[in-house]
Amino acid sequence: MKKVLVIISLLVATVVNAQSKFEDAMTKGLAQMKDAKTASDYTDVSSFFERVADAEKTQWLPYYYAGMSLYLSAWIDKSADKDKIADKCKDFITKGQAIENNADLYCLVQQVAILQLMVDPMSRWQTYGAQAKTALADATKADPNNPRIYYLQGMTTFNTPEAYGGGKTLAKPMFQKSVDLFKTYVPKPFYPNWGKEEAEKMLEQCK
Amino acid sequence: MSQSSKWLFTFFVVLFAIKLSAQTRVSGIVKDNHGRTIKGVTISIKGSYDGGASDSAGKFSFKCYDKGLQTIVAKSIGYKAIQQPIVLSGTPISINFSLHEEINELTAVTVTAGSFEAGDKKRAATVLNSLDVVTVGGANGDITNALKTLPGAQQVGEQEGLFVRGGTGYETKQFIDGTMVANPYGASVPDIASRGRFSPFLFKGTVFSTGGYSAQYGQALSSAVILETIDLPESSQATASVSSVFVGAGLQELAKNKKSSWGINYGYTNLALYFALVPQGPTYFHLPEFHSLDANFRIKTKGGIIKYYTTFGASNIGIRRPNIDSSLLNNAYGIINYNWYNNLSWREYLGKGWKMNLGGSFSINTDKINVQIQNQLNQRAYTNISYIDSINTAITSHQDLSQVKAVFEKKLSGISVIRFGGEYWYGTVKSMVKDTNHLLIDNFAALFSEADIYLTNDLAAKIGVRGEYSSQVNQFNVAPRLSLAYKTGVHSQMSAVHGQFYQKPENNYLYYGNQNLGYVKATHYLLNYMRTTALQTFRLEAFYKKYDNLIETPPTYQFDNKGSGYAQGVELFWRDKKTIKDLDYWFSYSYLDTKRQFDKYPMQLAPTFAAKHTASLVMKKFFTKINTGFNFTYSYASGRPYYYFRSIGNKYMIGDEGTTKDYNTFGCSVNYLTKIKKSFVVFVASVNNVFNSSNVYGYNYNHNGTFKAEINPPAPRFFFLGAFMSWGVDRRQDAINNNL
Repeated sequence: MKKVLVIISLLVATVVNAQSKFEDAMTKGLAQMKDAKTASDYTDVSSFFERVADAEKTQWLPYYYAGMSLYLSAWIDKSADKDKIADKCKDFITKGQAIENNADLYCLVQQVAILQLMVDPMSRWQTYGAQAKTALADATKADPNNPRIYYLQGMTTFNTPEAYGGGKTLAKPMFQKSVDLFKTYVPKPFYPNWGKEEAEKMLEQCK
Repeated sequence: MSQSSKWLFTFFVVLFAIKLSAQTRVSGIVKDNHGRTIKGVTISIKGSYDGGASDSAGKFSFKCYDKGLQTIVAKSIGYKAIQQPIVLSGTPISINFSLHEEINELTAVTVTAGSFEAGDKKRAATVLNSLDVVTVGGANGDITNALKTLPGAQQVGEQEGLFVRGGTGYETKQFIDGTMVANPYGASVPDIASRGRFSPFLFKGTVFSTGGYSAQYGQALSSAVILETIDLPESSQATASVSSVFVGAGLQELAKNKKSSWGINYGYTNLALYFALVPQGPTYFHLPEFHSLDANFRIKTKGGIIKYYTTFGASNIGIRRPNIDSSLLNNAYGIINYNWYNNLSWREYLGKGWKMNLGGSFSINTDKINVQIQNQLNQRAYTNISYIDSINTAITSHQDLSQVKAVFEKKLSGISVIRFGGEYWYGTVKSMVKDTNHLLIDNFAALFSEADIYLTNDLAAKIGVRGEYSSQVNQFNVAPRLSLAYKTGVHSQMSAVHGQFYQKPENNYLYYGNQNLGYVKATHYLLNYMRTTALQTFRLEAFYKKYDNLIETPPTYQFDNKGSGYAQGVELFWRDKKTIKDLDYWFSYSYLDTKRQFDKYPMQLAPTFAAKHTASLVMKKFFTKINTGFNFTYSYASGRPYYYFRSIGNKYMIGDEGTTKDYNTFGCSVNYLTKIKKSFVVFVASVNNVFNSSNVYGYNYNHNGTFKAEINPPAPRFFFLGAFMSWGVDRRQDAINNNL
């Protein structure tokens, strides 16, 4: 009897450990991401999520965060080779999409496209502008209730001058939709949960 | 301790033990195969979360909790990942990695010598895209004018065409989707260059090759302008334009399933109003008038696209200038032109690394030229002086050209590619000059094969050969082409090119039958250094070109292939979009030393179309707040030689010679973008030669060379005012979105 109990307790310990290992890693990674300030902080976070993703193989979330933190590092470090970073981000996204194709990964595709567009907007608009547009359309198809889609759409519109089919007036309903959706939006544990404050702030600016 | 608490204790001990196994510190450095440290490489223990990333010095260090035999992985995008076994025992481990770059289309070296490529395939600063063409100040939206701001091209304004590195305009050919364009320019009158027939917005990619181009192209001794048309439009749109010289309207319709599209455009140009406001040098008895109609369709196929484009143009110009030998007489030159151009192409990925490009084109061109000596009452006059009366001419010329071309491409290992194919042209030229008929028929066939071989990411070779046969010349030729490119740094590379090029002699030499004229030949050697980042391009190129078998036209009309010549020089190009925010500028400089014996030239002479020094500075700045862009272009060329050749017996001698003064022109344009109701509007105002420099392109001589007259532009300046409207898709986005 004793032996049986020892074995059971050993098994339970290992299983509990395994379950919490991924969750622990996610918690730790997300905390690090929250505290990250410099570009190298973000690349470290990205590298951490990459290792988690590669070890797990069946979780899209670490790939998403590996891509997202790398994407954020590109905006902080002005001298960064944005095309190279974008390539790496896209690699994470592709791996994530092989596990699950969802709106948040498509949103990241849009963000990365804008990152590349900004390198030389004049000559890159046609390629990357179209990529960004397609990505948001795909995101809407995947989940029309994801509030981040409308936030990103709003940002693009907001930053495009009024005379060229953009501006506050057109962006406002997009931010409004995003804010409305955030009211009922409940992300699963560790799922992307950014954008609510940003959307509210932008909506305020449109008034 | 009770029994149960004992078990609980064991449970926690076990849990703790698994959590806190002995740690092993692993550290080291990651370098690439050149010994340069790499940052951002992920190092991990396979199957665990343990690991780290290399810092900017390539160093990494991390703790791992697993024990025993494990696998350590080092990987970074663009490099081949490394896996190796590692034994973790608690003692610190030092391990270094050397990663090999993966051969990758985006980072691999490219053969850039000789060509300026535009497009975003390589992400390097595009040299010139369609928007650049329309925003080069003073270029007035003409592709050729915009290309003239790049090194290698001359500032020749008295004839159309690109005069590249000591070559004539005939030595440059334009290719659309693979096939050669027989008449890329509108009909022109003597001493005034005409515009190109094609709108820059028709093309998504432009390659301007000033030498050493691919074996896929031939029949151009000096230069190839390789244009690739756009695929499906983003959405349907309607356009309209009104300007000081033309009106136009167009429609582009994209099918709902986004699999096909069609479009049609019409434009009418009439310079009557403009010439009434801006005085011109020559007088016109028929003010320049052009009609152009074009249509297209594009269909997406399984793995490619079928594209068709057609354009029809009709023009009529009549110009009157004083006769150089008699102040009482005028030369009246009239030309009526009809041109119909068709291009059908099919690009398809066939799977298993195969790609196919099929192209066909068909064009017809008719010129009716009438030259008359007229008196002061603008009536036909007869002088009985042979050198004046001989100017009276009537020429009707009808050309047609049909071409088919097929290129197959197979991807080899890595990104190496082999390409082969062939083309066939059938062309006729029927002309009637002063009641004498000429007929030229040519069956021309070519076969070519080319391989792009990537030995590593840093070393590539392009090896090609082209063989041609023309029934008109009745000769075969075989032209080898070889290029090598080596990456000298992350952003820099060097390349060397050698190639041989053949071209049929110009038709006006071939008219005089049975002369047994062979191909003219050029041999190119180029050496190029290029440094490119996303926003800056620096390019330095040296070249040597040898001309053989050029056509000589002695006064006896016994034309021969005995001419020869050379061209050598150095060219510099610098484009920068980085240093000053929103300011995009480029500078180009060409040094050219060239001499040739051809045409009437009795010995090797610097030709009239070649300036020793040519430079251009192009600046563009867009002010987002006021939605306005300002574009400036300054071009300079040192004086060009001019000659008068006197015939003495069966030879020509130099009767007179000299050098024109330097050429200067400063052009500017302003684009204002706005929205009027539902249409997006671009207003454009432009002036070339703002400072009214009096430019001389060369001289015309009277019959015995005792008097010469300057060849000037028809008016010192050209003003342009226009509004371009579009509904549907916002084309202005091309220019905006700086703020995204």
